[in-house]
Amino acid sequence: MLAWTIYISFLGVLVLMLLPRDAARAARIVALFTAVLGCGLALVGAVQLAQQGNVGEAATIVKTAWIPALGATYYLAADGISLVLVVLTGLAAIAGILFSWNVEKRTKEFFAFYLALIGGVYGVFLSFDVLLLFVFYELTIIPKYFLIARWGSTRKEYGAMKLALYSFVGSHLVLIGLIAAWVVARGQLGHASLDLVELSKVAFPASFQHWVFPLVFIGFGILAGIWPFHTWAPTGHVAAPTAGSMLLAGVVMKLGAYGCLRVAMVMFPEGAHEWQWAIAALAVTGIIYGAGVALVQRDFKFVIGYSSVSHMGFVLLGLATLNTIGLDGAVLQMFSHGIIAGLLFAVVGRMVYDRTHTRDFNDLEKMNLGKLLPFAGVTFTIAGVASMGLPGFSGFVAEFQVLIGAWQVFPKMTMLAGVGIVVGVAYTLRALQKAFYSDTPPVAPDGHDHHDDHPLEPISTPERVGAVMLIAASLVIGLFPTLLMDWIEPCFKSALFARLLNGGGQ
Amino acid sequence: MNHSLTILTLVPLVGGIIVAGLGAGRNNLVRGLSLFFSLIGLTGALCLWTHFNGTSGELQFQEKFPWAPHLGVDYFLGLDGLGLLMVMLTAMVTPLAILVSWSMNDRAHIYHALILWLQAGLFGTFTALNFFHWFMFWELGLIPAFFLIKLWGGPKRGPAATQFFIYTMVGSVALLLSFLAIWLATKTATEPGCFDFITLAGMAKSGLLTTKLQTAFFGCKNIGLIIFFGAFLGFAVKVPVVPFHTWLPAAYSEAPSAVTMLLTGVMSKMGVYGFLRILLPIFPEQIRHVLTPLLWLAVATIVLSACAAFAQRDLKRMIAYSSVNHLGYCLLAMFAAVGAATGVKDAAIQKAAALDGVMLQMFNHGLTASALFLFVALLEKRSGGLRGLEDFGGIRKVAPVFTGLMGIAIFSSLGLPGLNGFVGEFLVFKGVFPLAPWAAAIATIGLLVTAIFLLTLIQRVFCGPLNARWAQLPDLTTAERFLVLPSIILMFVLGVWPQLILGTIDATVVKLVEKITF
Repeated sequence: MLAWTIYISFLGVLVLMLLPRDAARAARIVALFTAVLGCGLALVGAVQLAQQGNVGEAATIVKTAWIPALGATYYLAADGISLVLVVLTGLAAIAGILFSWNVEKRTKEFFAFYLALIGGVYGVFLSFDVLLLFVFYELTIIPKYFLIARWGSTRKEYGAMKLALYSFVGSHLVLIGLIAAWVVARGQLGHASLDLVELSKVAFPASFQHWVFPLVFIGFGILAGIWPFHTWAPTGHVAAPTAGSMLLAGVVMKLGAYGCLRVAMVMFPEGAHEWQWAIAALAVTGIIYGAGVALVQRDFKFVIGYSSVSHMGFVLLGLATLNTIGLDGAVLQMFSHGIIAGLLFAVVGRMVYDRTHTRDFNDLEKMNLGKLLPFAGVTFTIAGVASMGLPGFSGFVAEFQVLIGAWQVFPKMTMLAGVGIVVGVAYTLRALQKAFYSDTPPVAPDGHDHHDDHPLEPISTPERVGAVMLIAASLVIGLFPTLLMDWIEPCFKSALFARLLNGGGQ
Repeated sequence: MNHSLTILTLVPLVGGIIVAGLGAGRNNLVRGLSLFFSLIGLTGALCLWTHFNGTSGELQFQEKFPWAPHLGVDYFLGLDGLGLLMVMLTAMVTPLAILVSWSMNDRAHIYHALILWLQAGLFGTFTALNFFHWFMFWELGLIPAFFLIKLWGGPKRGPAATQFFIYTMVGSVALLLSFLAIWLATKTATEPGCFDFITLAGMAKSGLLTTKLQTAFFGCKNIGLIIFFGAFLGFAVKVPVVPFHTWLPAAYSEAPSAVTMLLTGVMSKMGVYGFLRILLPIFPEQIRHVLTPLLWLAVATIVLSACAAFAQRDLKRMIAYSSVNHLGYCLLAMFAAVGAATGVKDAAIQKAAALDGVMLQMFNHGLTASALFLFVALLEKRSGGLRGLEDFGGIRKVAPVFTGLMGIAIFSSLGLPGLNGFVGEFLVFKGVFPLAPWAAAIATIGLLVTAIFLLTLIQRVFCGPLNARWAQLPDLTTAERFLVLPSIILMFVLGVWPQLILGTIDATVVKLVEKITF
């Protein structure tokens, strides 16, 4: 069932390619249908799997030989962590399509790239073969590049190129590390293997882990926006079209974090323990730096872009704790940030920018958007509140567990992370006030209200549906975290993570 | 199981959603409905009051079931005398606030929804006994308050609202981190950590909590103090304690008057409530450790805020500072009650007196301060927004009823015997004098200065030659008289018959004294 999420997405790409060139409406419907089907499959598959037995152990979906000489298999499997992220991808995919309902320029190609990206993302989250994971991971870079370069705004070529180059550098670091690991593992196992479960049992020598862990971790970490390699994120997010930034921040950054956890940390637990402090330091720097930079932006979208860096810092901090509760929090934060960041970008990109054609606070301040677009104002308020990490929303439960985990290992850095939260509150409030609830009178000095010349198009139904869906998801998880925790928690009791959580020993 | 407390919190929450859903343009319906929901809240609170067993200090109307088991979080509600008193106060002030803003027409549906949500947040805060959802309600109250100030406030509302929010959030984050540390410390290999206020208080009494914290944090000796300070900051900002009070005058004076009534009447009590429910029972050891500085802080809060109020020329700001002053007495009494009290005769009785005084003072201040802001609102309505101390003069000649009734509220605030304000302050000082004589002695300066500035207020606004500008100032209408009457009657009733409240809280106070004495 779950594997079909991947196939359905690529099937959607095929169908879209067969559509006539100007069938924009049909393209939208096909894309939405594919995404809904994918999300439905993900949900049903996840629930089925959860009912079948222990979600902590990876349940094999498909496993056939692929390149025997390399030991590569076509191995799809899922454990609770995969389930959470697959469901996130499904939700984000639907929301992204709803918020790009107004794409008129080469609609079918837009959605074709979009679905290809989604398919790749599903693939990464379900792969338990390192090479397969890497292939899907690489596969996502191409649609990302085109989505930004063709349908983006504000220095789109620059943003797209920067994103692609950063991604490639990251994946090459990963590739070098994986090749080295493959060689060592073959020596130990006596046969070639790229099976993640098998590799997780290989005792890589400590001296080897010492250098290969940072390589692979940073390689994946680049895509997770780890400071100081985060700079692609704000520019990429800003340049991307709305659906693109929603997916970039919502899901693609999670690919990086997922890779860090699933590959780097599971395969090289000793290295993880050795570099724990460095990761935590980078994570906390990211939290504070991202929040601080977001506080002084003039471009609305950059605020959200940097806020993503800050929030992903919490994911990385959770990973760095190397204890159960911190890792629980990190995975939940991946989900939570995926939902909330998607919503924030939807408000900025679709609801505001597509209507006002400006994201500059100085212009927005004069427009009194809180009254012109009350729905956008309320949505951003709720999303902002959720993003601040106020209780009742998913972000709270996630950060809460990350911080408990962090207290256990790095008390001082935890306090610094607290500072980051406060700055986070400040930039969200600032953006909220400047963009929606500014007190500057809407009338220009000459007494003529310029904005009445172009009345803003009202918020459309797809936007409303998308916003309500994402808000509901964040609220439900915030109020009933057990729904997802029941999937995440058993994973960290499984054999796969045993070495990591037991102090990295063999 | 009895679900009365959940229902009490849900009524305004759902009510707010309904009211907001009505949309703009149906203002009368919006107002009517919002009043209706707040009256349901009041009726519910009165029912709880009548069913409450005052002779038992135990938690009543308890609800408890697992919520997030892997985090050890239970949905745990309950009321003791303190909680009940605060629920009553909330239930009483909210309908008043709604009535005061009856003529408000700008986005009325949102406005009333926010007020109802604020009420839900307050009900939730005063009934929750597990940090997890207590904190949810604690923060939930913040967002409506922010928007009420930001969207309907005075000319400097933007900065005032932001300052209010950021200050409170700094405190909240510190509080959160502290509780996460406590959770971590109480975690065992098999059981998740503990967020339950009652269980934590039990651990604190046996000294177990400090030991656990020290073990969890690598034997750091002062960790208890650090954690205490974090939690203290959270509540100190909310009360507020000098020097964390600077958000308050701006927020109170910029907020629309109905909101100021809720802010001062009930929200400021959240801070004191937090002290009584959380800080005192969970950190008695740490409070005792830094008792002298804390007493100094309380004294500074009392004296400095009284002096600051004296210097104000704006009625709202003056009453705002006097609020800080009045809650300062609560702080003084609470800290003194935790003190070791070696060599004090009948220490337990003095402590009980002090804590009785705290709870009475909380209720009385809620009643009186919200009434005072209500009167200022009525005055503002007549003067077209003017509320400077020097803007009026001789009002008593044209508005005798207004003068008389506001005079009663002012004297209640001043602590005149026979009115409610006196009883609380009397008990506070009765308890504090033997426990911390020097602090009580200095704090009396606060009483004196309060008398001076309140009398100045009466003199400048009501007495003297009539300012010709206000020759046509209308007196209170019949509707307005009925609006203020309940508060005024209660001031008298509680002044002569404080037993009405003391009977409810006595058993709770005795239990609290047990918890903080070791």
